[in-house]
Amino acid sequence: MAISATQNYTTLRTDNWRVAPIITVIILGSFVIYATWRALENQYYLAEPYLSPFYSPLINPEWWPISPAILILWAPGLFRFTCYYYRKAYYRSFAGMPPACAVEGRSKESYSGESKFPLILQNLHRFFFYAASIVLIFLWYDAFKAFNFDGHYGVGVGSIILVLNVFLLSMYSLSCHSFRHLIGGKLNVFSSCPTRFTLWKGASSLNERHMLWAWVSLFGVCLTDLYIRLVATGVITDMRLV
Amino acid sequence: MAEAVLRVFRGDSENGETKDYKVPVEEGMVVLDALLYIQANYDGDLAVRWNCKAAKCGSCSTEINGIPKLSCKTRMDSLPRDEPITVYPIKAFPVIKDLVTDVKWNYQKQKEIPPFTPPEDEEMIMYQDDVERSQEFRKCIECFLCQNVCHILRDNNAKESFFGPRYLIKIAELDMHPLDTVDRSELLRNEAGVGFCNITKCCTEVCPENIRITDNAIIPLKERVVDKYFDPINWILSKLKED
Repeated sequence: MAISATQNYTTLRTDNWRVAPIITVIILGSFVIYATWRALENQYYLAEPYLSPFYSPLINPEWWPISPAILILWAPGLFRFTCYYYRKAYYRSFAGMPPACAVEGRSKESYSGESKFPLILQNLHRFFFYAASIVLIFLWYDAFKAFNFDGHYGVGVGSIILVLNVFLLSMYSLSCHSFRHLIGGKLNVFSSCPTRFTLWKGASSLNERHMLWAWVSLFGVCLTDLYIRLVATGVITDMRLV
Repeated sequence: MAEAVLRVFRGDSENGETKDYKVPVEEGMVVLDALLYIQANYDGDLAVRWNCKAAKCGSCSTEINGIPKLSCKTRMDSLPRDEPITVYPIKAFPVIKDLVTDVKWNYQKQKEIPPFTPPEDEEMIMYQDDVERSQEFRKCIECFLCQNVCHILRDNNAKESFFGPRYLIKIAELDMHPLDTVDRSELLRNEAGVGFCNITKCCTEVCPENIRITDNAIIPLKERVVDKYFDPINWILSKLKED
C-alpha cells in the first residue's frame, strides 16, 4: 500500500519539535565524552573514603594495561545503551528514526528496526540489567564505606553524595522495564502469585517515571565522580559534617 | 467575534491542494466544529469522517498543524491563530477524499490475529487484579492515530512486515488474559513484527485514550519474545519446570 502522492511532505508541525532532540544530543553527547575521558584518565578516582562510581568495584589486575574502569563500565554502560528509554532518546535525536513524532526522518524501504543484526542485540537488555545490578551492590558497599573515616564513623559531604548517587541508580534499575517484566509482568494470572503481583505493582509505579530516573541518575553519577575528582585533585576539600 | 483561518487539504491520493477558509471562533469550539462550519457555509462537498463528537468513536482523526489528533477533541483556543491552522488527512493511509482516508488495511491485520481462546472445560474465578492490565487496552477507540504516527508505517511503509501499535496492544490484551490459551509469540516475532518497533513512543504520545501503548503493551511483548527466543536461562528454567 503506497503512501499517497499528495501526502509527500516532511512535516507540517509548527511547534519547536527540534528542541528536544537537540537537548538530548547535547546532554547525552556530553555524558559520553565526560565518562570516556574519566574512564581513560585512570587517576583521581579515590579520595579516601570515597571511590568514584566509574571505578567501582576497583579491580586492578597487573596484566590489565589500561584503566580498570573499562573492566567495570561495560556493564552499566550497556545497561543504559540498551535501556528502553534511552533507545527512544537516541533513536530520535542521534539517528533521526524519527527525530520527532509526525516528522519524517531517515526512512528507507529496507527498514528492519530491531529485528535484525546489529539492533537485534537490544534484546540482551535483561542480561546487562543483571550485570549492572552486581555493580550496584558494590556501589551500595562503597556508599556505606563512605561513612568510615580511618575506622571512625563520620559524615562528609561526599558520604551524602555517594548515598544519593546509589539511591538514584537503584531507582533507575528498579524502574527498568525488563525488571518489571521479570519480577511479575511475565505472569498472566496475578492472583496465583500475590507477592510477585505486589512487586510488579511497585515496579510499575516506578516505571512510570523511568525517564526521570534515567536522567537524574545520569547527572548523579557524573556529579558524584566530579566531586570525588575535585577532592582527589585538591581543588576542593571535603567538608566533614559529623 | 474572533476568527481563525483553516488551511484544509482538498483532493485525493492523486491530486490535491490546500484551501483557506475563514471561520468564526466561539468559546469551547473544536476543530471539528470549524470543519462542519466550512461544510455548512462554504463547501458542502468537504469530506470529513465523524460520528460521536465526543472522542469515543475514533472517526475524526486528522493532522492539525502537523500533529495527529482527533478533530473533535482539539479546541480552537489551544491553537495559535497568527498563522493558518493546517488540517490534513492522516498521512499513513491513502486519501479517499479530502480528510477521509482508506483505513481498511487495519481491519485486514485484525483478522490475522488468533482470537481469544479460553480452555474448553475449565472454570475460573476472575479477579480484578488479573484482568485490569488487559482492560487498559480495551479503552482503544480505533482512531488509528497510533498507526498513523508510527514512523514504521508512516515513513517506512513497512505494512507488509509490521502490524502497528494498535494491533500490538490487541495481541497484548489477548496474550495477558489469564484464560487465553494461544501462544502468539511466533506471530509476534514474525508476521506482527514486534522487533520492528524501536520504542520511539509516538504512539503513546498521540493516543487520545492515554493508553501507555509502549510501556504497557509493546515493551512487555518484546520481553515475552526475549523470554522465548533470546533468554537461555529462562529456557532452561522452563524446561526444568516441565520435568
